[in-house]
Amino acid sequence: MANKFFGKAMKRVEDPRFITGTGNYTDDMSLPGMAEAAMVRSPYAHAHIKKIDASRALTYPGVLAVITGQEMKDAGINGIPTGWLHPGIKTPPHYAITIDKARHVGDIVAAVIAESRQIAEDAAQLVEVDYEPLPAVALGSDALKPGAPAVHDDVPDNVCFTWSIGDKAAVDAAFASAYKTVKLNLRNNRLVPNAMEPRASLAQYLKASDEYTLWTTSQNPHIHRLLIAAFIMGIPEHKLRVIAPDVGGGFGSKIYQYPEEIIVLYAAKKLNRPVKWTARRSESFVTDSHGRDHETVAEMAVDQNGKITAVRVDTIANMGAYLTTFAPAVPTYLYGCLLAGTYTTPHIYCHVTAPFTHTTPVDAYRGAGRPEATYLLERLVDVMAHELGMDPVEFRRKNLIPPDAFPYQTPVALQYDSGNYEANLDKALEMVGYQDLRRQQAELRKQGRYIGIGAITFIEACGLAPSALVGSLGAQAGQWESALVRVMPTGKVEVFTGTHSHGQGHETAFAQVVADELQIPVEDVVLVHGDTGRMPYGWGSYGSRSAPTGLSAIVLATRKITDKAKKIAAHLLEASPDDIVHEDGKFMVKGVPDKAKTFFDIALMAHLAHNYPADLEPGLEATHFYDPKNFVYPFGTHIAVVEVDPDTGKVKLLRYLSVDDCGPVINPLIADGQVHGGIAQGLGQALLEEAVYDKEGQILSGNFLEYTLPRADDMVQIEHDHTVTPCPHNPLGIKGIGEAGTIASTAAVANAVMDALRPFGIVHLDMPYTPEKVWRAIHGSRLAQAAD
Amino acid sequence: MYTSEFAYKKANSVAEALSLLQQHPDAKLLAGGHSLIPTMKLRLAAPSALIDISKVAELRGVRKENDTLVIGAMTTYHELETSNLLKAHCPLLPQAVYLIGDPMVRAKGTIGGSLAHADPAADLPASMLALGAKIKAQGPNGTRVIEADDFFTGMFSTALQEGEILTEIHIPILEGAKMAYAKFPHPASRYAVVGVAVVVDGGNVRAAVTGAGEHAMRLGKLEQALSGQPLTTANIAAACQGLLSPGNLNHDLAASREYRAHLVDVMAKRALMQAAGL
Amino acid sequence: MADKVHIKVVVNGVERHSEVEPRLLLVHYLRETLGLTGTHVGCDTSQCGACTVHVDGQAVKSCTMFAVQADGSSVTTIEGLGSPGSLHPVQEGFWEMHGLQCGFCTPGMIMATVDLLNKNPNPSEAEIRHALEGNYCRCTGYHNIVRAVQYAADKMAGKVGVAADD
Repeated sequence: MANKFFGKAMKRVEDPRFITGTGNYTDDMSLPGMAEAAMVRSPYAHAHIKKIDASRALTYPGVLAVITGQEMKDAGINGIPTGWLHPGIKTPPHYAITIDKARHVGDIVAAVIAESRQIAEDAAQLVEVDYEPLPAVALGSDALKPGAPAVHDDVPDNVCFTWSIGDKAAVDAAFASAYKTVKLNLRNNRLVPNAMEPRASLAQYLKASDEYTLWTTSQNPHIHRLLIAAFIMGIPEHKLRVIAPDVGGGFGSKIYQYPEEIIVLYAAKKLNRPVKWTARRSESFVTDSHGRDHETVAEMAVDQNGKITAVRVDTIANMGAYLTTFAPAVPTYLYGCLLAGTYTTPHIYCHVTAPFTHTTPVDAYRGAGRPEATYLLERLVDVMAHELGMDPVEFRRKNLIPPDAFPYQTPVALQYDSGNYEANLDKALEMVGYQDLRRQQAELRKQGRYIGIGAITFIEACGLAPSALVGSLGAQAGQWESALVRVMPTGKVEVFTGTHSHGQGHETAFAQVVADELQIPVEDVVLVHGDTGRMPYGWGSYGSRSAPTGLSAIVLATRKITDKAKKIAAHLLEASPDDIVHEDGKFMVKGVPDKAKTFFDIALMAHLAHNYPADLEPGLEATHFYDPKNFVYPFGTHIAVVEVDPDTGKVKLLRYLSVDDCGPVINPLIADGQVHGGIAQGLGQALLEEAVYDKEGQILSGNFLEYTLPRADDMVQIEHDHTVTPCPHNPLGIKGIGEAGTIASTAAVANAVMDALRPFGIVHLDMPYTPEKVWRAIHGSRLAQAAD
Repeated sequence: MYTSEFAYKKANSVAEALSLLQQHPDAKLLAGGHSLIPTMKLRLAAPSALIDISKVAELRGVRKENDTLVIGAMTTYHELETSNLLKAHCPLLPQAVYLIGDPMVRAKGTIGGSLAHADPAADLPASMLALGAKIKAQGPNGTRVIEADDFFTGMFSTALQEGEILTEIHIPILEGAKMAYAKFPHPASRYAVVGVAVVVDGGNVRAAVTGAGEHAMRLGKLEQALSGQPLTTANIAAACQGLLSPGNLNHDLAASREYRAHLVDVMAKRALMQAAGL
Repeated sequence: MADKVHIKVVVNGVERHSEVEPRLLLVHYLRETLGLTGTHVGCDTSQCGACTVHVDGQAVKSCTMFAVQADGSSVTTIEGLGSPGSLHPVQEGFWEMHGLQCGFCTPGMIMATVDLLNKNPNPSEAEIRHALEGNYCRCTGYHNIVRAVQYAADKMAGKVGVAADD
């Protein structure tokens, strides 16, 4: 079958509404009689709530209700559960509105519902809360110290869980007999996802039918419905419809079940009016789940041939004050299992301790565990290469998993499906002109300029996920995906998917694939997503799963349509279904091209069923539930070139090049866009972004005046290409591409900066490489040199 | 994202604004709004009334009066950036303004609003000091002129008195003077962590820094070291060392006192090198 | 409640008369009073630029201006720039070059770009990046936004269109 649309850089069908301002985001909606909510949030990281006096707020004109945690608990509303459990994990309750204590800055203490947002905000200031501030702890390692203040009374040591993977004895033995070892103490900086659309939720309750509708900024509306129905509110699942309309970016932060969604649903029923809440950005900073925040000791051992023999990792992963939906999975299976990277390391051991702290919860943020793993591994590789006196690229090459080793079983559970790492690396090196670059670097160093090159290879496991496997690892959910393909009598096609597009362009890319499968015009296909009332069950979009998992379900459902269409065609053409071929948009008898039926003919007859096979059901639609056999394993090489200004410590990005392999690319425009954006976010972590907490648990970088998001002038035009190594276990051979840029670029930029600082004898600095940090490192080393 | 309630009064003349100020003693003057409105949105400020002077015609525009440039207080950054008079007679200002905020901020923000607000990290105060500007204020008791050197008195505080309105900025035209502004922006807010403006008029050097301390200030040590000296790379490098002691400087997430002090040296050097065409 | 103030604003060519609270921000006036929800609110510190509109031909942040300040002015929002059938060259550029993903920053980004090209019809890459300093995008890494601006500049200068995929 010739692909007409697959692989084509088609303009997105989503865009006309966005470029004309007619998108429909949650906060754009308003319903008749709608009330609005404002939250009263704790200004303390840790405090007893001794008393809440809402009397002044309640008398403010236009205030409809002030809701407390106790009221909701008394009404039978439960806490918000986590969706992933480890053996021995502590899961203290997480109420939408906290009852006894505030456990992080921004924890909701009360909710004000009023006629308008202005009034709700005015009245929120009038709710008098008597706090007794308590000592707080913000850093994971501090929370583990004896005598640290407990975040939850029933977890006095703050240990949420511990977890490990790998053969510790074998790793220790490898270290004992190593030719060389290196060790790094690393801090993986805490990040705030900052999708440009702040979260918003609008709830409606219909008394007559006892039905709820929740419009919310979600990457996975079915997960919200399940959690709310089965665990939190006890609403019968069929009485709750969750709709995620246009969503302005997610990056993980819109996966989770958030308190405000519960509050507006509760308030909508209580007041019998629609209720909307929209976050201000400064609320987003303290309530959207954060990302990363690891403290790690990472070690690597090599033999005298320069082969990596072992990697040993011990990590403290800060969970924040509560567990959100996927939090326990992120610093464990999405992290420890990735520590083989692209290398043949035979022995790996990873131990993780996950404490609670008085900070905003930490969960998956773009890449989720895999950027942390890639960063530490690629830092170790560069430091080790330097120890060995080898070019870091050649050290990598020596250790890459060879192409004939696939499927490749790592020592940390994963079996990589396919890969061709060295060819990918070579392509990137050639594109960037690696040897010339190294020569230029040496030249410029003589002129007092400090250029750094960071060239890294990476692997990721995505396309979540084989359900039985993740179930055995602690997931409280399946990770298959569904599709419903519905052909209308006129041959137009609706495709319903359980994945959700919030910037990824599924409406375009998925339609391209379906149009090719059915050999129809691409504009005859429409994708429907983000509404539990319209599509079959699904698990949403995260973990780069939409194309490898969601689209696989769509393709297999579409093939059921084609099979049925052949039977109808055979009947109409008085031939055997086995003799029907589907070519050039027609169903025809093999070898008799003038005996043919169009897709329209078939679709119409499937619905009229006037002249129809006796043993065939009328109608033309198919559902498929696809459970992948394995993760998919995209990979690539990313190269960053930076210059450090030794006078100010400022790092400037000079070039960025990536060669990614996500298998066959459906739409290069979209896939490349995903890579560009991912790279910017990873660069943000390396150079600019950090959620900084003080010892009292106050966030010091809690708005855009202090927290640096990459801007246009922080970036350069990205040089980008692909290699294509198909996935062997899904119908299209495709791998995910949504997170690759972020997973790779933090490590590439970090290594580039450290490479630039090598002449100063600096081996390691923690991210972000802010000007003062870099200047101090240089300054310190210059002072040390002067003293020598 | 709402401010507290306030009464809105639009002034059409300076006289009207002065009289409104008398009637509403805890009112704030609204100029470009880019400092005041964000503070009000976070409810860190809640004035009972705003007196909008942004459209007072007599407060807008740049004109030349003999050897002086007169800038109306409500002249926007964008107008400064594109003013041919300034480009010809005071290129320092367009250059410095180009580094302020972003185009939307420059469309609304005004020179008078910025100077009166006296944010310690604002860009223009350094240029005012380096240029030897005079700041004209009008109050219930008449008009007075304040030397830039006397104008900035503290963090968010100036020599303006209650009931006074900053109306004009007078800048002496120094034909042939070399001038430049070098800024190290805050990575997130893009305010000045440190910004140094220099004006070299013959053998006379005037230099001032913003962002470093409680308010913008002259760099006396630098001026003394370089005045009368040829602007060579070596002289500049020698002069730009230890200009300010860290002790009294600002400190925040972006820069400690020590680092700020160092940045003052670096930015001073860069401004001088640029001014000297080196 | 503070006394409401009468304002007259021409929005996208239509004269509007409204009684507004002084504290009503222009962005909320556009979104909530007039239902023009294409203009977005992305932050509360006047940084992100999602709310960028034109007031009297100049790009401003409508979150940092009260509606009363727009009295007597002419406002253009993304809805007034062009429609799917007759796109403004900047809208076309963003579509052609895939200059948007989630679309949330896009209206502000487009309005800022129109302002840039009004002031500087042939900007360099560095000038484009500097001019977009007040507009955050979390999705695109700005790569295709820069190309979208370049496309629009070329288009407005009457140069031949650029290939969609380079």
